[in-house]
Amino acid sequence: MTDVRVQREVFDSGAELNRFLKRNAGSGGVASFVGQMRDFRGADRASGKALSSMTLEHYAGMAERQLADVLAEAARRWTIDDVCVIHRYGDFAPGDPIVLVMTAAAHRGPAFDACAFIMDWLKTKAPFWKQERGADGQTSWVEAMASDDARAESWDTNAQK
Amino acid sequence: MTLLYFAWVKEKVGLSEETVTPPGDVKTVADLIDWLAKRSPGHGEAFADRKLVKAAVDQVHAPYGTSIIGAREVAFFPPVTGG
Repeated sequence: MTDVRVQREVFDSGAELNRFLKRNAGSGGVASFVGQMRDFRGADRASGKALSSMTLEHYAGMAERQLADVLAEAARRWTIDDVCVIHRYGDFAPGDPIVLVMTAAAHRGPAFDACAFIMDWLKTKAPFWKQERGADGQTSWVEAMASDDARAESWDTNAQK
Repeated sequence: MTLLYFAWVKEKVGLSEETVTPPGDVKTVADLIDWLAKRSPGHGEAFADRKLVKAAVDQVHAPYGTSIIGAREVAFFPPVTGG
């Protein structure tokens, strides 16, 4: 079973995880990841640029398809019982949740790996684009990073568990 | 066919969407970009650096050599930054 949601509304990570746990009581390992908006752009807060808000644009239709494809690829590579991804679009303030990924498997290895894989692949494939507003009021489109491409590709070059 | 533009590509073109009928010799994503780049100064600016513009044909990521024959929807956008 898989579950893809692309929505504007804030989600309650705790409530979603509890619901996922309840419907996957038979799985020994459940892994999850929440991506939240940072209040800075850069390596760290001290040296980075302060952010006040963010807007996430998306390609409706393709976003759901790409996320479903990534989940299907995870299910091909690992033995998992269930997976869910919720990805928001629209307006964000620092600390707001952006994405939630949850995986359930008999054992923790596949649950952890599938969760990490899904995040790495959606970063390079899911059609969303971040536009940040700095504390100075300037807006700019976030640029994709080569390190994200490298992480996504590393799942193919490293030995799979 | 419907063309969709996103993020700064949309800002430079000045449109989020348009409907076009490219000539018969426009067969691939690369051909389509070459044809579109001449459509307006905004289009030209959007496609000035091909390395920065990605495409999707009927909602599937498409390298520049992908055929657009029979495509219903072609989208152009910067590398994605979700998650």
